[in-house]
Amino acid sequence: MTTLEINDLHVSVETEDGPKEILKGVTLTIKAGETHAIMGPNGSGKSTLAYSIAGHPKYTVTSGSVTLDGEDVLEMSVDERARAGLFLAMQYPVEVPGVSVSNFLRTAKTAIDGQAPKLRTWVKDVNAALEQLNLDPSFGTRSVNEGFSGGEKKRHEIAQLELLDPKVAVLDETDSGLDIDALKVVSEGVNRFRGREGKGVLLITHYTRILRYIEPTYVHVFVDGKVAESGGPELAEELEANGYDRFLKVNA
Amino acid sequence: MTITDSVRSALELDKVESHLHPHGSFDVAEHPVPTGREEIWRFTPLKRLKELHADAPLDGRNVALSTQVPEGATFEIVTGAEARELRGVSGWLPNVRFAARVMAEVPATLLLDVPRESEVTEPIVLDFDGTDPAVTSGGHVVLRFGAHSKAVVVLNHTGSAAVAAVCEVVVGDGADVTVVSIQDWADDAVHLSHQQARVGRDATYRHAAISFGGDVVRMDSNVTYDGPGGSAELLGLYFADAGQHIEHRIFADHTAPRTKSHAVYKGALQGEKAHTVWVGNVLIRKVAEGIETYEENRNLVLTDGCQADSIPNLEIETGEIEGAGHASATARFDDNQLFYLQSRGVSEAEAQRLVVHGFFNDLIRKVGVPSIEDRLLTTVEAELAKNVLKELPAEAGA
Repeated sequence: MTTLEINDLHVSVETEDGPKEILKGVTLTIKAGETHAIMGPNGSGKSTLAYSIAGHPKYTVTSGSVTLDGEDVLEMSVDERARAGLFLAMQYPVEVPGVSVSNFLRTAKTAIDGQAPKLRTWVKDVNAALEQLNLDPSFGTRSVNEGFSGGEKKRHEIAQLELLDPKVAVLDETDSGLDIDALKVVSEGVNRFRGREGKGVLLITHYTRILRYIEPTYVHVFVDGKVAESGGPELAEELEANGYDRFLKVNA
Repeated sequence: MTITDSVRSALELDKVESHLHPHGSFDVAEHPVPTGREEIWRFTPLKRLKELHADAPLDGRNVALSTQVPEGATFEIVTGAEARELRGVSGWLPNVRFAARVMAEVPATLLLDVPRESEVTEPIVLDFDGTDPAVTSGGHVVLRFGAHSKAVVVLNHTGSAAVAAVCEVVVGDGADVTVVSIQDWADDAVHLSHQQARVGRDATYRHAAISFGGDVVRMDSNVTYDGPGGSAELLGLYFADAGQHIEHRIFADHTAPRTKSHAVYKGALQGEKAHTVWVGNVLIRKVAEGIETYEENRNLVLTDGCQADSIPNLEIETGEIEGAGHASATARFDDNQLFYLQSRGVSEAEAQRLVVHGFFNDLIRKVGVPSIEDRLLTTVEAELAKNVLKELPAEAGA
């Protein structure tokens, strides 16, 4: 059974004034079948957690551990992490000019599976995934993320999630900048993924809105680089009513 | 417009003084041997030119020519008075010594004619295969396209040679012409080339300079306009390896109103002392009202130890234009792009390969000649194999 275990994770970034600690001891365990929502104010380090799990070179892990089914994730390169079963849906997906979506998807699928997908079923799978996310089939010929609207970028991320089929998905503010229709389409995609056997989800968000469509198993309030409080879905409702003030005051 | 005004603007064509386009003349004596301090020579490693910039013999035999001339076009090699008449047929006066010497000393002219209204569907190919890098030679080529004709010409340079060449292109009114010059020389070749086009009224001219091989390749791709409404697309793709000097210069001289020029040059560099130069000159003369111009140069630096120089120059003598702009960027791999691709399981080398192919893809499509597109994709892949893909296991690179 899949388990992503984050233990006392400390992460720094380089700044002009030397290294600055962003994550100050994060401990979380995400098991198969669970969805963990991480909620927090701007600047609390939510995205740093996402990028650190995925291995972005900008972030330096100074102590702590991350394991996926007992394997040391921090020892792996970025692509090895993806092949081990981690997926990061990014808040700001990056443009790759001149590389078509279909070429990109096929290359990624080949890398993850260790072999090229069977052409006929693959084309069918891609078209189905695009269609379910309200993306036109001609989408495949466009350059990755180039000229995409904000909504298209996020839907494209979720199409990748469904096609690459990781063990654990980290969704970094996938809901930000989406109108309500796009939010529903994206949430349905995440729910289809969650419905598969043995999947874990770490859903990072600033707003409670998406949690009406994707019901979390656990909610964690993230403040100043660590988890300030954990609870069930009712914690999200409290945040909806009262905002982050209570946690920020404690912190101050 | 008064008579005085029209006289003034007619005179103006000759009056523009600029370091970008020094005074032209057929008289070799008016072109001293460059020292390397001149603005137009300051990037070029003169010592490696085998004296082609100075007084190297231009009568050597070091290139084997073969041609594919489909129906609708004629090709011949002319000499004597006939050849002399073709010198400067594009309206250009040589502004560098090697070009003046080619015009004065080279006995033969390779003449390709596509008569008016002839549409040649297959590419016309002139293959220049270098046979001896120790021998120097000069060449004069004229590509002449009649009014409303349509054709694609590929000038293909391979093998080892040291060549100074002038290619003059005359694009008739309303013609639609593509000239692709491929420099896929062996590592020891030296190539100084000036390709000058005169674009007729309402004509479309597309020039693509593609440079992969050679020790030193320096090419000028220039256009002037013979009447209003002409359009020029100047494309370039180059890939410099360790020690190579690849220099591309363009000059779009807007000599007529409502003309267009659009230049896109893209290059990649890899290896110690790989050096590329791009100089993009655009002159909008007083007469050239309502023109549009845009020029762009992008360089992707793949390894340490490379140098990419990129200099756009825009001289504007009338403000009555539709648009003028330029962009220039030289960068290494974008970490965020690589991270994005790697976060989808793609190895670093494979991610770099995707980014480089992506970088060149739209340009390769713009060249618009299918047989060339395949060849370019293969060549880009072969260049990548030298560095980026070196450590990539064979099955992943497939």
